[in-house]
Amino acid sequence: MFLKGVKDGLPIGIGYFAVSFSFGIAGSKFMSWFLVTFISMTNLTSAGQFAGLNIMVDAAGTFLEMAIATFFINLRYSLMAITLSQKVSSDFTTPYRLLLATGITDEIFAVSMAQQNRVTPRYFFGLMVLPYIGWSLGTLTGAVSGEILPSWITNALGVALYGMFVAIVVPPCKKHLSTLIVVLVAIALSLAFKYVPVLQGVSYGFSIIICAVVASLFGAMFFPVKESDDEP
Amino acid sequence: MNLREYFAFLMVMAGVTFLLRAVPFVLLKGKLSNPFVKSFLAYIPCTVLAAMTVPAIFYSTDSMLSGVLALVTAVVASLFRFGLVGVALVACCTVLFIDGLWPMFF
Repeated sequence: MFLKGVKDGLPIGIGYFAVSFSFGIAGSKFMSWFLVTFISMTNLTSAGQFAGLNIMVDAAGTFLEMAIATFFINLRYSLMAITLSQKVSSDFTTPYRLLLATGITDEIFAVSMAQQNRVTPRYFFGLMVLPYIGWSLGTLTGAVSGEILPSWITNALGVALYGMFVAIVVPPCKKHLSTLIVVLVAIALSLAFKYVPVLQGVSYGFSIIICAVVASLFGAMFFPVKESDDEP
Repeated sequence: MNLREYFAFLMVMAGVTFLLRAVPFVLLKGKLSNPFVKSFLAYIPCTVLAAMTVPAIFYSTDSMLSGVLALVTAVVASLFRFGLVGVALVACCTVLFIDGLWPMFF
């Protein structure tokens, strides 16, 4: 079971390496490779970590802002954890759940739920090993590259993470008009926080929270997601 | 930011993230059925990423032109389903061309 998990985790691990490589590049602008890598090793989240990094290096960033931003951006993991707790085997006891909870990410969750049988601790552990290594090693490689590569290359690599964000957001927008509208609302708010003088005082973390929460509330109110399609 | 602040921020970030995963995993039983909450949580990833990308991408490179064009080429590449790494490469190449090569020859 462990080995089947490792095998199923390989594609996720490769994908994570690429994403976290660009996180490492982004982080290397602000801190040493060790500190950037340690963020990845302790968090294992993409959007949450990136917002967290920006709040950390923002002179106006506060702990409260960090806690609230992390809470809303990563709240979806709670939903996944609830759903996954229905799918795990009876020997998936509390100590195992505490140890392996960190493995609940969008992709690992999706693969676990696609299993025919109940998810055992061995399988889940196997499944999260390579994504965890890929995520940490990718960050390390990116951060070290960021420190040694010439600036005209790191300048170009700096947009890699944003490019990946675009690649995640655009396909569901193409599929559902409702998602496109909700995303455009979030973008409009985000632009307002940047360019409207009264709103410019709002710090980075809070502006992201407000944009995401308001746009998502708008979506939930006017375009409730149907049972069949989980991802909008 | 000094090292102490770094670890304090890291503990807040990692702590909240861990609790969000572990508490429901250990305690909660039963499926979440409220469609409003489900829809809200389903929209969160896309809205967070969209708000983090625009307008930050415009200021992430040496010139605003390369940032804007990187967003445009990334959206076009995504519409053609280039995939995560493919889209990122297209965006990087756009910046490389505008900020790196263009000034060398023109």
